[in-house]
Amino acid sequence: MANEDIEKELAEIVEEIAGVAAADVTPEKSFVDDLDIDSLSMVEIAVQAEDKFGVKIPDDELANLKTVGDAVNYIASKR
Amino acid sequence: MTGLSSLTLAPGTPGTRILGTGSFQPDKIVTNDDLAQVIDTNDEWIRERVGIIERRAAAPDERLVDMGAAAGRAAVADAGLAPSDVDTVIVATCTLPTQIPNASARIADMVGIKSAGAFDVNAACAGFCYAAGIASDLIRGGSARRVLVVGAERFADWVDPTDRANAIIFADGAGAAVIGPSDEPAIGPVVWGSAGDLAELIYMRDDRWIYQEGQSVFRWATTQVAPIALRALELTGLKPSDVDVLIPHQANLRIVNAIAKKLRAEGAREDMVVADDIVYSGNTSSASIPMALDHMRAAGRVHSGDVLLLVGFGAGLSYAAQVVISP
Repeated sequence: MANEDIEKELAEIVEEIAGVAAADVTPEKSFVDDLDIDSLSMVEIAVQAEDKFGVKIPDDELANLKTVGDAVNYIASKR
Repeated sequence: MTGLSSLTLAPGTPGTRILGTGSFQPDKIVTNDDLAQVIDTNDEWIRERVGIIERRAAAPDERLVDMGAAAGRAAVADAGLAPSDVDTVIVATCTLPTQIPNASARIADMVGIKSAGAFDVNAACAGFCYAAGIASDLIRGGSARRVLVVGAERFADWVDPTDRANAIIFADGAGAAVIGPSDEPAIGPVVWGSAGDLAELIYMRDDRWIYQEGQSVFRWATTQVAPIALRALELTGLKPSDVDVLIPHQANLRIVNAIAKKLRAEGAREDMVVADDIVYSGNTSSASIPMALDHMRAAGRVHSGDVLLLVGFGAGLSYAAQVVISP
């Protein structure tokens, strides 16, 4: 799966859980500062992403995923 | 060898049911604005994160056993019984101020139940479901006839008032149910378990203040609890679509809603009533499920004969669930 495809599917998950328009979920955006997603929604996004992409995103790793791009790269590296 | 060939057993009963419920909350209301005067937080933040608008705080002279006894008396009265009709008292709690003496013997005495069999259970926020399961099986096995099960907590003693993560959540109060014999089973088998490998997710910091790893607890509760509830349904021979009222431990409204969403994905009805007592009661740990049930019965949101799905989960980690037909 190409990074663009991961980004697209991740954006859909973010939209479903946090109500942020998928089109706004772009790599340079910070989950917390730009998209206003709180720590509990991040957990829900991680759980869904784990199911979707077949990767593990432990809570201590999750804390390091500041931007959408960080998350896409992390998922790509673990697949 | 004495030559005895067998022992005489007390007769049990085919089933059990809840005969009555009761609850008690302190008068003192703590709003989110009240908390914002003491710690760095605000009403909007608290509502979004945990869904709580206000909670109750015990007065300095309002002891855990006082609250438990008040809820217990109400449950005995609701059951239409006299205290002398009850023979056993089980108190679920994790916030007693001292290890000795236990709460149950004092609560039994305060309710007026003489010489009651009495013991405490600590399964934290799963405590009520554990205690109700024990009570039901004591009655079915013939060891008890009518059991007063109380969940009572006084977090005022155990929450750091300056801890912005926990001071907004935990609250004081008690809930109770009287469980007795029934020809028709109205309490299903309890499903219980624990995850001691995750014990460090909720513990007493400095042996003094409750602490939890918020994100990790949230992940566990939103993914692992719904399957336990589904297992309780399966053991009882019911389907998710049979559930009229879901009463999860009132940990955090977002956890409650996540559990409901998972159950609906498995076939639970859209019109299933979901307990949201946390909004005005906060998280009262072992008291939250019986308190929610009592409040919802009083408000007409739970009707006699409704299929209730109870699921408790919390420190330990421990969890328990059962199906109950509402009194």
